[in-house]
Amino acid sequence: MTKTSNPAELAAIAKTVRRHIIEMITAAKSGHPGGSLSATEIVTTLFFDVMKHDPQNPSWAERDRFLMGKGHACPVLYSVMAQCGYTPVDKLNTFRHLGSIYQGHPDVRFIPALEASTGSLGQALSVGLGMAIAAKLDKSPSRTFVVLGDGEIQEGQIWEAAMAAAFHKADNLVAIVDWNKIQLDGFVQDIMPLEPLVEKWKSFGWHVIEIDGHNIEALQKAFAEAESAKGVPSVILANTIKGKGVSFMENNPKWHGTAPSKEESALALKELA
Amino acid sequence: MAISTKYELKLGAATREAFGRTLAELGNKNKNVVVCDADLSKSTYTVFFQKEHPDRFIECGIAEANMVAIGSGLAAAGKIPFVSSFSAFVINKGFEQLRVTAAYPNVNLKVVGTHSGISIGEDGPSQMSIEDLSLACNLPGFTVLAPADEVSMAACIHLAAETFGPFFVRAGRAKAAIVYEPGTKFHVGGSHQLIDGKDIAIFANGLLVAEAIKAAEQLDAIGISARVIDLYSIKPIDREAITKAAEECGAIVVAEEHLKDTGIGTRVAQVVVETAPCVMEFVGLTNYAESGTPEAVLEKYGMTASVIVTAAKKALARKKK
Repeated sequence: MTKTSNPAELAAIAKTVRRHIIEMITAAKSGHPGGSLSATEIVTTLFFDVMKHDPQNPSWAERDRFLMGKGHACPVLYSVMAQCGYTPVDKLNTFRHLGSIYQGHPDVRFIPALEASTGSLGQALSVGLGMAIAAKLDKSPSRTFVVLGDGEIQEGQIWEAAMAAAFHKADNLVAIVDWNKIQLDGFVQDIMPLEPLVEKWKSFGWHVIEIDGHNIEALQKAFAEAESAKGVPSVILANTIKGKGVSFMENNPKWHGTAPSKEESALALKELA
Repeated sequence: MAISTKYELKLGAATREAFGRTLAELGNKNKNVVVCDADLSKSTYTVFFQKEHPDRFIECGIAEANMVAIGSGLAAAGKIPFVSSFSAFVINKGFEQLRVTAAYPNVNLKVVGTHSGISIGEDGPSQMSIEDLSLACNLPGFTVLAPADEVSMAACIHLAAETFGPFFVRAGRAKAAIVYEPGTKFHVGGSHQLIDGKDIAIFANGLLVAEAIKAAEQLDAIGISARVIDLYSIKPIDREAITKAAEECGAIVVAEEHLKDTGIGTRVAQVVVETAPCVMEFVGLTNYAESGTPEAVLEKYGMTASVIVTAAKKALARKKK
């Protein structure tokens, strides 16, 4: 893989990721386009710029680790990992098919380069904290990044992990909330409001950074700021748009977990050309 | 080891205490061993480890589900984490986390549940786990061990540390009678025949192993020859010993400090039905217990040698038909 810090190059990779997301979910006739599209810049920037990792040596002890808490958004992760060289790009369209390594939610049994099987919401931050503590014990520079859905953080376990991460001074742990304001049943505000979110994380002892989660330069700055915050874990509250990049999917709860038809898919790919 | 029908059962340490001591020693030998506890270290005895290895003791506060998943993360990053709390909390509150973060990705997590069964006594049913073995057995890939005394607990903790994969080890609060001589070997999937007998076989685990020994002596006194087997490895289970007992004795009693309907008895019965069907009786719990002294609670809820004797007689009466 060729890493880059050039925002324009990262944006180009992100565009390919978006195309993959639409193609995979269309081929599977099921999946979650909205939350994959909203997290595209976050995951792309992490794997292609921020994280220290080596697709030729996935178990390198000092690698940075990535966990997709909102496992249903795995199409974005699969596309990025495939483009990095961990898994075949030409098999992405087997997503959700029997026997595919691209399972409906990330599954280490099929892709050993994944750090954990995720998708039962609320658990990945705890697992990531365990990894962060292990790195501290080993005096390893390894950092752990966990992408969380905004709906996901309604899970009580998130706040158990938040408390524990601050107590253990896990400054090598970074949570990124893909704050797209929509969950399966509708707008977060109507299902179970999270506000005041900045204050919530602050009160749990975290260093909080709020940004536009589609702005690659803002993401780069946020990850650097998180690295410089010592003695406390950091959370990046990334304001995003569900379905970002496909006009008819943007900000519409319908596209949380609906696959586009062939016609809709063609329309989306045209927009992402 | 020397076994006679005249067993001398001396009260030893509680298995939770043996767990704590073994863990602290293990920490000296293996620097990868780390321990998580949820504000119960003085009760689970992980405090012994904390005192000797404070840097590798991870306090998780009263948040068992979080603790289980932290443990899985530690394991995925190469550590050998022991996460411990009362069985009633770590298994029940952590079940989904055990399933998703440990069982199905097959991580090297070790769960030790203390204060198992009803023998905790005074604290009452909210703290008593009577479903834990069944729940743990429901997790594919998990090895489930229920040692009877301090010797077997120490061995089981070593087995857990040395064998890759997720483990659940059941520990009790009450002092346990010493059944084994130091140095006795244990293995995953094993069992120990403590008393030989030909008329009936009694399978037990945990505190009920000592009761099974007493029951065998009472049966011996009335001319019934009972075999006693400690089924410390619940999953995998010793199919060979079960089949042999079914074939040679033709009658089996299973005794456990756990719900009868979902416990070891059902697992033994499954083997028996598959290999050598025979008469069976079950001694176990049918509902939640209540507060009281451990002795009084065990007596009232039938976790005693005399109940095992009655079950054996019942099985033998059916066997004769």
